[in-house]
Amino acid sequence: MDFTSFLIQILNALQYGLLLFLVASGLTLVFGIMGIINLAHGSFYMIGAYLAFALSSLTGNLMLAIVLGIPLAFGFGALLERLLFVHLYKRDHLQQVLLTYGLILIFEELRSLTVGDDVHGVAIPELFSASIALSENLSYPVYRLVISVVCIALAAGLWWLMQRTRLGMMIRAGSFNREMVQSLGVNIDMLYRTVFALGVALAALAGMLAAPISSVYPGMGGNVLIISFVVVVIGGIGSVWGALVAALLVGFADTFGTVLMPDLAGLAVYLLMAVVLLWRPEGIFRKG
Amino acid sequence: MVGKDRKLRLAVSALGLGLGMLLAQGAAEAADKVKVGLMLPYTGTYASLGNAITNGFKQYVAEQGGKLGGREVEYFVVDDESDAAKATENANKLVKRDNVDVLVGTVHSGVALAMAKVARDSKTLLIIPNAGADELTGPLCAANVFRTSFSAWQPAHAMGKVVAERGHKNVVTLSWKYSFGEQSVAGFKEAFEQAGGKVVKELYLPFPNVEFQPFLTEIANLKPDAVFVFFSGAGAAKFVKDYEASGLKANLPLYAPGFLTDGTLDAMGGAGEGLLTTLHYADGLDNAKEKAFRSGYVAAYKIQPDVFAVQGYDSAQLLAAGLSKAPAGAFDKEAVMNAMSAATIDSPRGAFTLSKANNPVQDIYLRKAEGSQNKVIGVAAAKLADPARGCKLMK
Repeated sequence: MDFTSFLIQILNALQYGLLLFLVASGLTLVFGIMGIINLAHGSFYMIGAYLAFALSSLTGNLMLAIVLGIPLAFGFGALLERLLFVHLYKRDHLQQVLLTYGLILIFEELRSLTVGDDVHGVAIPELFSASIALSENLSYPVYRLVISVVCIALAAGLWWLMQRTRLGMMIRAGSFNREMVQSLGVNIDMLYRTVFALGVALAALAGMLAAPISSVYPGMGGNVLIISFVVVVIGGIGSVWGALVAALLVGFADTFGTVLMPDLAGLAVYLLMAVVLLWRPEGIFRKG
Repeated sequence: MVGKDRKLRLAVSALGLGLGMLLAQGAAEAADKVKVGLMLPYTGTYASLGNAITNGFKQYVAEQGGKLGGREVEYFVVDDESDAAKATENANKLVKRDNVDVLVGTVHSGVALAMAKVARDSKTLLIIPNAGADELTGPLCAANVFRTSFSAWQPAHAMGKVVAERGHKNVVTLSWKYSFGEQSVAGFKEAFEQAGGKVVKELYLPFPNVEFQPFLTEIANLKPDAVFVFFSGAGAAKFVKDYEASGLKANLPLYAPGFLTDGTLDAMGGAGEGLLTTLHYADGLDNAKEKAFRSGYVAAYKIQPDVFAVQGYDSAQLLAAGLSKAPAGAFDKEAVMNAMSAATIDSPRGAFTLSKANNPVQDIYLRKAEGSQNKVIGVAAAKLADPARGCKLMK
């Protein structure tokens, strides 16, 4: 590997890591702050991708589709919380797993009934469809760079929301002591609903952004779910900052794993997880 | 007391006689029927393939007036969910509970391997309408196991010759690391290196990962003359889009078995245009059987048939060829098997026969992606037979 391709691989790792962060951030919020193990998180990613497909075929513009899709996903998340997840807070993890696993099956079947089982493509917006030449025979699609920029902006935005706003303060307080926050006059139900809807919207946004490069296909949420849980566990449950660091680590492990030890490529990410958990059983940044 | 006893005995024997007659009648009915067990995926990723195979099979049966070789067809259907863990149990349901004469299935190679084992153990006739694992008609071949589709080796081997003939010397391969991918790469490499080329590197990524970017960077770094890949379905669509977006497609020709572009060209949104692939079926084949098949299929199901529908159709044709040569009465497996092995199937893909290992000896077409079609542009390998390495039937 020469130096140029080494640099390009670093770019690949960063870009993959940032997209992983976008998916995992919603999961870590819901898991860490609300204490819900949400196996349906991958389904929200899939729903986002299918929303991008449906809305961009309807409007002819992916960016418009995303602008429309985010409030739809947020509203859908709030509705789900009101109808289903609200009943889970006081129940144990097994019941959460049962409900959210059931949701995976329902969403997959609904997708099959409404859109079918074919693979669909989503066009990259005209504005970002160019590529930048990186070496004599390799170029990099601008759209991938745009995704990375959006992810960085969202990471900064989430950090600001959690650490610097009143809402973030209430969310953090609510995750420590629900009753205390409630008795201080905060509408904790509304707060939890917001957090959950935010988690759903983040997953859906990740699906919408990834749709043009990943295509839209049955079962696409499953793979994402597993790797997202890896990121959340490595980063420390509930920590947005941890999810970012962990996602980047996973991006690097996966990319350089495939280049440096191709026979063990599938293993690199899980080796990383094992090492991190031996070193810090609660993840790199424990919730605090 | 005696009178009562005799009455009871009479009643019992009358009942016995009645039951016996019922059974005899049942047997007579069964003799005119053939029980077909369809074990295919009707849910999950491969659901559309399972449905296409079923449609094709039933279309041929319908064309014959609902009969195969003069026998009524009775279907027993199991959804295999493409789940290899449940495959043995599912196959046994059809073989032991439903007592089927013929097992037809399936798409997923792992499930098909388990079905082949059940078929060998129970000596049930098995027709495989898709799964391409080389082993099925290789080391695991059996006189009662038939395949109407392809072996992984076939389209890949044909492509090896094509790529060499097009003047490429150094090729990098990329595939998912699972047996079908590895067998495809091996088949390609065998033909390509025989023709004087060299595979400079075999790259693999874990199934079903689709993060191709590091591999594209690696390929660009290796600077080969061409690239050979095996991918299918959603992964194929993503790969071809990434390949084009990376700028590689313009400088570095891409070749693959036809699974890359079958049913995925629309999802690629133009990125697949012009790709050359090899498969045993193509769009635009000009033969009477294909035309009749296509119009019949469209009339019955209101959608265009695909390669899977053809394979289902041919599975029914193969079974019919066996049944028509077998004597009337009870299902004579040996006679059906022998007739099937010797049959020539007039397929929409073009006529084919079976090798000694019961895998199709067939033309592999070279196809070019145009719009949403894989247009035939020539025959990459005529009457190509899988070498069936390790198959005892070949001796």
